[in-house]
Amino acid sequence: MSKLPKPKDLASSINYTPPREHWMDIKPEFRPGTYSYPAKPQLVEKMGFPNPHEWSPTDEDWHLPENWQEIVYNTFRDRLEKYRSLKVFMDICVRCGACADKCHYFIGSGDPKNMPVLRAELLRSIYRKDFTTFGKILGRFGGARKLTEDVIKEWFYYFYQCTECRRCSLFCPYGIDTAEITMMGREILHELGISINWVMEPIYNCFHVGNHIGIPPHTFKDIVDFMCDDIEEITGIRIEVPLNKKGAEVLFVTPSGDYFADPGTYTFMGYLMLFHEIGLDYTMSTYAAEGGNFGLFNSFEAMKRLNAKIYAEAKRLGVKWILGGECGHMWRVIHQYMDTMNGPADFLEVPRSPITGTVFHNAKSTKMVHICEFTADLIKHGAIKLDPSRNDDLIVTHHDSCNPSRAMGLLEEPRYILKHVCNHFYEMPEQTIREQTFCCGSGAGLNNDEFMEMRMRGGLPRANAVKYVHDKYGVNTLTCICAIDRAALPTLMDYWVPGVRVAGIHELVANALVMKGEKERETNLRGEPLPGKEG
Amino acid sequence: MSAVYSLIIVLALVLVAVVGAGGGGLHALFGVVIPYVAFVVFLAGFIYRVINWAKSPVPFRIPTTAGQQESLKWIKQNKLDNPSTTWGVIGRMVLEILFFRSLFRNTKMQLKVNGGPSLSYGSSKFLWVGAIVFHYCFFIILLRHGRFFTDPVPGCIEWLDKLDSILQIGVPNIYITEFLIVGALLYLFLRRVCDSKLRYISLPADYFPLFLIMAIVITGILMRYFIRTDIVAAKDLIMGLVTLHPKVPETLGTIFYVHVFLVSILMAYFPWSKLMHAGGIFLSPTRNLANNNRMKRHINPWNYPVKLHTYEEWEDEFRDVLKEAGIPVEKE
Repeated sequence: MSKLPKPKDLASSINYTPPREHWMDIKPEFRPGTYSYPAKPQLVEKMGFPNPHEWSPTDEDWHLPENWQEIVYNTFRDRLEKYRSLKVFMDICVRCGACADKCHYFIGSGDPKNMPVLRAELLRSIYRKDFTTFGKILGRFGGARKLTEDVIKEWFYYFYQCTECRRCSLFCPYGIDTAEITMMGREILHELGISINWVMEPIYNCFHVGNHIGIPPHTFKDIVDFMCDDIEEITGIRIEVPLNKKGAEVLFVTPSGDYFADPGTYTFMGYLMLFHEIGLDYTMSTYAAEGGNFGLFNSFEAMKRLNAKIYAEAKRLGVKWILGGECGHMWRVIHQYMDTMNGPADFLEVPRSPITGTVFHNAKSTKMVHICEFTADLIKHGAIKLDPSRNDDLIVTHHDSCNPSRAMGLLEEPRYILKHVCNHFYEMPEQTIREQTFCCGSGAGLNNDEFMEMRMRGGLPRANAVKYVHDKYGVNTLTCICAIDRAALPTLMDYWVPGVRVAGIHELVANALVMKGEKERETNLRGEPLPGKEG
Repeated sequence: MSAVYSLIIVLALVLVAVVGAGGGGLHALFGVVIPYVAFVVFLAGFIYRVINWAKSPVPFRIPTTAGQQESLKWIKQNKLDNPSTTWGVIGRMVLEILFFRSLFRNTKMQLKVNGGPSLSYGSSKFLWVGAIVFHYCFFIILLRHGRFFTDPVPGCIEWLDKLDSILQIGVPNIYITEFLIVGALLYLFLRRVCDSKLRYISLPADYFPLFLIMAIVITGILMRYFIRTDIVAAKDLIMGLVTLHPKVPETLGTIFYVHVFLVSILMAYFPWSKLMHAGGIFLSPTRNLANNNRMKRHINPWNYPVKLHTYEEWEDEFRDVLKEAGIPVEKE
C-alpha cells in the first residue's frame, strides 16, 4: 500500500488547470494509491469469465489476448446494439461542460479525464473511429483516435476511477449517464480478462458461498448469535434469528457488510431488534445472504448471476414478499434491474406490512420493500415506541447514498425516521444532499485499501459538507443507508473531519426503540453509556 | 487550434458561395440544387439517425431520479422530477425540452485551499440563459422565415414578426432576436475559449456549428440592413422551391446565395453531428422513462439465461456444516 499524503498536502495538490498537451497524448500514470489491483486469474477462471490471465497495471505488457482488438470491436458493437443508452450517449454530447465540476473525482483530483465529459470521450473517440464515417475520415480532427494498448490502459485507469454515482447525469441537459458509460467500458475490459480483484473476489464469494465476504453459513450463524448476545447484554432480551426457515412471511436480505464489520454490525443489530419487537415472521437466508451485488460493477452477466439467488431463495422458502436492508448499489439493482432480469416474481404476493396493514403498492411487481419504507410506515402508525432522547449525545446529519437518491428517489423516508429517533438533526448544504448528494468516493467496487489516495480525493466533497455542519452545529454523527458508506465513510471522516462517527439509520432506530420487557438500558448498541448514564 | 480550423472552414464555405454564385454565376446550383440536396440529406439523415437509435432496445428502465419517489401515501412525491406515470414523464420531458430543466440546476464549484480545503457550490445560470436565448431566438427566426415559405403568409407569422420588431428602431425595424442570438452565440463561443476546462474538451465539431450559425446570422443581418436584397425575388425563388417549380430570378445578389448556401451546409451537416442532441433528448432513457420500476415489470428483449449456482449445489457443499449449526436443510 502506498503512503497516503497528509490532508493539507493532498488538498493543495489539486489543480484544475488542464495540461498543455492534448489529452489523447497523455498516458495514465499508474501511481500507487490511484488504481486497484487486478483480479486473480484463478477467480476469473472459476467464474467462467473470458480470458483469465496474469497481468499488472504497472507492466508494459498486459498480455492481452491475441485478437484483443477484434474482441473490443465486437463487444462494443454488441453493446451498441443492445443498449440504446450507449448509442444515444455516444452521439449527442455537445461538450457543454455542465458535468465537469459535478464529479467528486474531478473535484478531488483536478485530473481532466475525471470530468465526466472526458471520461465518456475516452470511449467516444474509439466509437467515432470504428463506427462513424466522419470519425474514420477525419481522425483526431473529428475527435477520433486509433485503438491501441494504451487506450485499454487508460480505460482501465479511468473506468475504475468512477463510482457510477450518476451525479453528472442529473446535471446533463440530455441525461447522459456516465454510469452507463463506465459500465460499458468495464464490460469491454471484462471481455479482455481485465478487471479488479476487489470486485471479482466478492463476485466469486457471493456466487459460491452466498455473500461478498465469503462467510460460510455456520460462521454466519455464529456472528448472528454473537450479536444476539450483545443485544441481550444491552436490553436483557434474548432474540432468536430464523435462518433458512421455510414458510416465513418475509425474507430479509441485507448486504454482508452489515454483519461483517463495525459500524455496519450495529445497523444489523438494529434490524434484529426491530423485527423482534414487532414480532415479524421473517427469515434470513444463508444461501442468498447478500443484498449487495458487485456484479453490477463488472458486467450484466455477473450481476444477473448473483441477483438470481434472491428470487430463487424466496421461492424455495415459500415466503410472501422480500424486505431489503440499508444499501446503496443493492437498491439500484433491486429497483432498476432485478424484476427485469430475474422476474417475474409471480410466486410472491404484493408486500403488505403485517403490523400496520399497509400495502406497498410501489413494490407490487418486484415485491421487495426497502427497510426505510417499512420502518417509516411503522412509525407513522405508532406501531413502535421510541425514545429519541437516548440518542441525545448524537448530533446528526444524513448522507444520501447515491443510488437510492438518483436511481430510486428514497429521500424522505430516512429523514422521517431520523426525525423520530433523534432530537438533533441538521442538513448539510442543499447542493450536497438528496438528489445532488456526493458519493462517498469508494463505491462501484473501489472501496479497497490500495486505492486510498483516490478515495480520499473523491470523498473530499462529501467530507467537506460534513465538515461544514460539524463546524457549524457540532455534528458528530453521519448517518447513511448504505453498507459501502458504512465501510468507507469512517476512514474518510478520520482523514478529513476527525470526530464524526458513521452510523446506519437502524442503529439509531434500535437505540431509541423501547422494547417490551427490556431492562433499563445503560448503553447504546456500541456499548457506550447513554446520555445521563455516564456516571 | 480547433477554433481556428473551424473558422477557416466556415470562411472557406463563404468563399465557395461567393466564387460559385457570385463570380461563376451558378445561381441554379446554389439556389436550387444544393438547397434541395441539403434538405433531403437533412430529412433523410435525421430520420435515419432516430430510427438507428430506436433500433437498439432499452433493456432496463434507468431514469435518473431527481426528487422524492412515489412510495407511502403520506410522503409527497416529486411528480415532475421523479415521475412514476406517463403524464409525469411527459411533464418532465416538457420541462427538459422547453425549459432545459437539468441545465437550470447547474452549479459552479469553488475550492479554497487556504486554512484547510473548503468547497462551495454557487448557483450558475449563465449557461442556462445563454442556451435558452440561443435556442429560442433560433426557433423564432426560423418561424419568422415562414413568410418566405408561405403565400398568403399566415397571421401568426405576421404577428410574430411584429412582436419581434416591436422596438421599432430604425428602418427597417430591427428584430430583437437578431441582437440576442448574436450575443448568445458570442457567449457560447467565448466561454469555450475562456474557460480552460472547456477549451480542453472542445473539438472542432464544437466550434464549427457556432461559426456556421454566426455566419448565417451575419449574412442575414447584412441582407436586411446593409446590402439591398430584392425580397420579392427571394420569395419568388423560395416559393418555387416549396411548390417544386423551381425558378431562378435574375435580381438576387451574391449575399443571398451565400446565406442560402450556409443554411444548406447546416442542414446537411446536422444529422451527422452533435446537433442531433435535438433528436436524442427525446430518446434519452434517463429522462424519458417513469420511475415505476417496482410497480410495473420492464421487459428486456434480449434477456438470456445465465449460469447459476443453485441452492441444491450449494447445499451439497455445505450440508455438513449446516446440519452441525442447526440450520434446516432440504436433504438430510
